[in-house]
Amino acid sequence: MTEPFLQVRDLKVHFPVRTGGILIGRYTPLKAVDGVSFDLNPGETLGVVGESGCGKSTLGRAVLQLVGATDGVVSWLGRDLTSLSKRQLIEARENLQIVFQDPLASLDPRMTAGDIIAEPLLNYRPEMTRAQRRDAVKDMMERVGLLPRMINRYPHEFSGGQCQRIGIARAMILRPKLVVCDEPVSALDVSIQAQVVNLLKSLQREFGLALLFISHDLAIVRHISDRVMVLYLGKVMELANKAALYTNPRHPYTQALLSAVPIPDPSKERNKKRILLTGDLPSPLSPPSGCVFRTRCPKATQMCADKTPSLDTVEMGHIVACHLWNEQ
Amino acid sequence: MSSVLEIDQLTVAFDTPDGTVEAVTDVTLSVEAGECLGLVGESGSGKSQTFMAAMGLLADNGRATGQIRLDGIDLLSANEAKLNTLRGDRIAMIFQDPMTSLTPHMRIGRQLAEVIIEHKNVSKVEARAQALEMLKRVHIPEPERRLDMYPHELSGGLRQRVMIAMALMCEPEVIIADEPTTALDVTVQAQILDVLMEVKDSLGTAIVLITHDLGVVAGLADRVAVMYGGRLVEQGGVSDIFEQPSHPYTQGLLKCTPRLDTDFEALVTIPGQPPNLQNLPPGCSFHPRCPYVFDRCKTDRPKLIEIPGGRSKACHLDTLEAAAQ
Repeated sequence: MTEPFLQVRDLKVHFPVRTGGILIGRYTPLKAVDGVSFDLNPGETLGVVGESGCGKSTLGRAVLQLVGATDGVVSWLGRDLTSLSKRQLIEARENLQIVFQDPLASLDPRMTAGDIIAEPLLNYRPEMTRAQRRDAVKDMMERVGLLPRMINRYPHEFSGGQCQRIGIARAMILRPKLVVCDEPVSALDVSIQAQVVNLLKSLQREFGLALLFISHDLAIVRHISDRVMVLYLGKVMELANKAALYTNPRHPYTQALLSAVPIPDPSKERNKKRILLTGDLPSPLSPPSGCVFRTRCPKATQMCADKTPSLDTVEMGHIVACHLWNEQ
Repeated sequence: MSSVLEIDQLTVAFDTPDGTVEAVTDVTLSVEAGECLGLVGESGSGKSQTFMAAMGLLADNGRATGQIRLDGIDLLSANEAKLNTLRGDRIAMIFQDPMTSLTPHMRIGRQLAEVIIEHKNVSKVEARAQALEMLKRVHIPEPERRLDMYPHELSGGLRQRVMIAMALMCEPEVIIADEPTTALDVTVQAQILDVLMEVKDSLGTAIVLITHDLGVVAGLADRVAVMYGGRLVEQGGVSDIFEQPSHPYTQGLLKCTPRLDTDFEALVTIPGQPPNLQNLPPGCSFHPRCPYVFDRCKTDRPKLIEIPGGRSKACHLDTLEAAAQ
């Protein structure tokens, strides 16, 4: 067994939110990420799913130290990223990249596609000549399915799907080891989504990248991930390899999420049994006691309100935070 | 069945600094009483603008030609005053973003009551009672308390329920739902789709469901129409369209949609980009992306023709099966 190259242990990100007080502010911690642990291996994709406000984006950013962690360890190749100095962090980031959700907003409108993709090279490969950089950019553009002759165009001249390809080219040009993809296809049309997902998969195979793939779309996550983590109000509800999670989900929240995804097949869609959750996500400022999911859980009992469930092992590599996972 | 809404050769054009752009071209479509019509297409396919024209809500630089009839009344030639008596009363719309479509400084109860006071001769007290009734109908918890709340005090899912309640206030014949669940999480989406289904079944309201999500259409629609590049490319019954699409675009769309019930190694894709409306390819707009393209497709635009089973399609191929061989 090789040493896992990304180890996240009990990661917490709390944001202070002003909740009252006129002269002296009163602050309540908003627990965006609250005690998340996982490993990621080279060449592997971990899907992170959950509804809006579950902390999945914050988790991705905390892994890259784009937001500071309140507590916990993000160990990258044996070094704890949370304790690195600014300079050491810049060094480490050569291998850590991110692809954002909004393809246009994440590109500088006043830079050409070529300049955007070349920027990481300027920072990390200062020895390269201008011509070498240009060649590297053109190669990368071709690799992600952009015409190299578009190198001098500006982001607004590209479609959403093409902008996302620029964002991917920028993230990949240094051949990083880990890429966090934060909802990379959510803003794209269906026919373009599939193109971008396939591109990410083939780049991953080619470069042996590890991907942290954050998405609210469980169907997309199924196609790209090896393992999947389900988050709710900043906590891990279930983590398992893909086959186990999609065919044998043990947490009531995972079950409800899966049953809510519409299937593009009229007879299946109309005959399937849906687990309807009542209500909405509770305020993360005052999460429920015990199990955070209990207010919407169809199986909740008194125990769920009294005691916070720990992560139990269902089988090797399949963990679930529910008191009742074993009672079907 | 009788049609409540008939769209006849509708063309919607916008004057832009770069010239005139046709967002919708020659669309003929009807909505039957009590049915749910799913209108599917990617961004820029003209699906929203078709029904924005029906509601008289086109942007100032937009012009609609053709006819749109609501029970025989032509909506395109109707003036603003006439439209105002119909909108909200006999035809209503639900938008994608419930926060920006509710008035932020008005309490929910007043916003709902306003609709019915405008159209029916009722007192404020009576209107408020009916507003409460509607909130119950769309299963809003603690409806009495919600009446006195402002939109920002509600979650996205509750706001969308309020939007549906508002559309239902006068029990219109047709509700146009433009991406009603796109901004919502899946669990909340499931709740909203259930409410829409219930409305259709209990009140007999016809629903036009405009969406890019084939899964949502599969669950709710009776008939499906597919748009591409401003034109209708195919329409038919929901199970026909999903089981045996007759247009290569519909087929491609179905294949490239990731599904929860199957596991593929790589997703099938439709190559290329959705078309630019300013610069549509000659012949069939889909031909640069079509796997079955032949010479005629590049020059000759296929007309929408009727095919057996109450369906129609705009494609030169006889059948997709024959073309695949």
